[in-house]
Amino acid sequence: MDLYEYQAKELFAIHGVTTQVGKVVTSATDAQKAAAEFNCPVVVKAQVKTGGRGKAGGVKLANNPAEALEKAQNILGLDIKGHIVKKVLITPAEDIKEEYYVSFLLDRANRTFLCMASVAGGMDIEEVAAKTPEKLAMIKIDPLIGVDLAKAQEISVAAGIPAQVQKDVANLIEKMWKMFVATDATLVEVNPLVRTNNDRIIALDGKVTLDENASFRHSENEGFIDTANVDPLETAAKAKDLNYVKLEGSVGIIGNGAGLVMSTLDVVAYAGEKFGGIKPANFLDIGGGASAQVMADGLGIILSDPSVKSVFVNVFGGITACDAVANGIVQAIEILKSGPNYVQRPIVVRLDGNNAQEGLRILREAKPENVEIVDTMDNAAARAAQLAVGIK
Amino acid sequence: MGILLNENSKVIVQGMTGSEGKKHTERMIKSGTKIVGGVTPGKGGQTLEVAGKDIPVFNSVKEAINATGANVSVVFVPPKFAKGAVVEAVDAAMPLVVVITEGIPVHDTAHFFTYAQKSGKTRIIGPNCPGIISPGLSNAGIIPADITNKGSIGLVSKSGTLTYQMMYELRDLGFTTAIGIGGDPIIGTTHIDALREFENDPDTKAIVMIGEIGGDAEEKAAEFIKANIKKPVVAYVAGFTAPEGKTMGHAGAIVSGSSGTAEAKKVALEKAGVKVGKTPSETALLLRAAIK
Repeated sequence: MDLYEYQAKELFAIHGVTTQVGKVVTSATDAQKAAAEFNCPVVVKAQVKTGGRGKAGGVKLANNPAEALEKAQNILGLDIKGHIVKKVLITPAEDIKEEYYVSFLLDRANRTFLCMASVAGGMDIEEVAAKTPEKLAMIKIDPLIGVDLAKAQEISVAAGIPAQVQKDVANLIEKMWKMFVATDATLVEVNPLVRTNNDRIIALDGKVTLDENASFRHSENEGFIDTANVDPLETAAKAKDLNYVKLEGSVGIIGNGAGLVMSTLDVVAYAGEKFGGIKPANFLDIGGGASAQVMADGLGIILSDPSVKSVFVNVFGGITACDAVANGIVQAIEILKSGPNYVQRPIVVRLDGNNAQEGLRILREAKPENVEIVDTMDNAAARAAQLAVGIK
Repeated sequence: MGILLNENSKVIVQGMTGSEGKKHTERMIKSGTKIVGGVTPGKGGQTLEVAGKDIPVFNSVKEAINATGANVSVVFVPPKFAKGAVVEAVDAAMPLVVVITEGIPVHDTAHFFTYAQKSGKTRIIGPNCPGIISPGLSNAGIIPADITNKGSIGLVSKSGTLTYQMMYELRDLGFTTAIGIGGDPIIGTTHIDALREFENDPDTKAIVMIGEIGGDAEEKAAEFIKANIKKPVVAYVAGFTAPEGKTMGHAGAIVSGSSGTAEAKKVALEKAGVKVGKTPSETALLLRAAIK
């Protein structure tokens, strides 16, 4: 789960990573009020979960409350790489002498954690890595040992932080590591970490990603879950414990197992090339136990998506038995037919593996409305794409 | 002969007395696996009747090893307790630990993976994986044993159901070993580890490698194949249509910015001379052509 800057800074404050005071507001008049309270020049910052806010005009200096009002008016509602700005953060403007970069992250390739630190902060770190790699210190962190003050000092030195503030930066690095562990983060990034004219060290901007697998031990972070900016179908699916991602196409997809469902999306898009670029409408993994209810929930979500023109149910019965899946499909259609807003859409089913013959027999006998059985994954994908363009 | 798992493997199940643990212990026994015990702290001394056999339950992995000579452990322990279970298995010097559990916090996995590496005694497979099967010899995990039989193909995959799908596509050829390495961002056994084992296994004639979006394990495997693998390898990569920044079911299946894309993986594999199928069935055809 990615956090907004203001949420990252809330965590910084809790974990002793020196940051600024700030106020999050959703209207320009509240931005004006906040600026008046700070009684100094402020920065108005768009709160969106994407990079490049500055370049997109989402970060502006305001010298007085009237300017804060004006800047906030311009920023609120702005579209930054597809993210609409709904909140702005108002923070006092700092006099900046230097800008640094520090992050802790999961290093998948080396199967450990990594600290990246640089004196070239305030810009895209991938650019620093590409153009001036000598300015970027990359230090592996042993998860069993972690980062103490001595290690943090080593990082500070390796990054080339000037001697006068090396110790203060090391202190902050140690606190960042503690926060990284305590919050089960996969990324804690401060960019820029600024040195002010009077040599204070402040986290001016922050990016934090939390591990959703660890949410069972972080009930304190439930408030960070961002329901307002999630697709309503994704929210509805989550409420039913379904693993669903909304996509742009018109073939609804249900399958079992993350890999097979990803593969199904690809095969549909591949087959869809012949029909003017038909694409999958969603990712939906119903997992191991495909009960009638799970199938009904899944089909219900997919059929409530108006962009869906056809549905492809692709199941390989491993642990899941195909007869259970077939019964699930038959019952799901009965359940949905009796509910409100049911709109018929053709459903292509492919079953293989555990008890597939029995599953197919059940479907052939029950003859659920609009269901077609196709023998292979490739043919079924082609048929679903064909149906999506209206070819019977 | 099979890699990492064979007829001499003596398997214990950590978390055997739980519902998933019991269900899959039964399936493993029925597919011919030598299940020699289970571990559930506090239930040591009891026996559990599974598939008509009385399986002894031990309080700890160490006790289980001492009593049975177990050399493989399959972990079904819930995410909250998985780290403790794996660390315990490493402390007991268990040679192979197969972690089926899905949903383990990545900080916990980083911990137990590093711990196992430092021990130098334990190989971990998973977490969030279907396990490993050497058809006809042994089955440690949840891969269905009835899809296919012993044969000459080696399979390594990040995904469970794609493992099953590919075994099904090539069921007439059969497999030496199929290994599901898991879909988490940190996993104990990589494509490279499996490829190396298959290259050294005299019974394996050709290898199928299945990858998916996220990380750069497939790119690294491509380099490794080019430098080290002489047997035919074909590959499949899932997730070409996955949007940036969205986790596709598996915790590790995410395209971040421009990295971890299926296209990049395909290109890297093809550059290394590995044929990459557009669909699982096309991949199976490529494999058949490669061994002709």
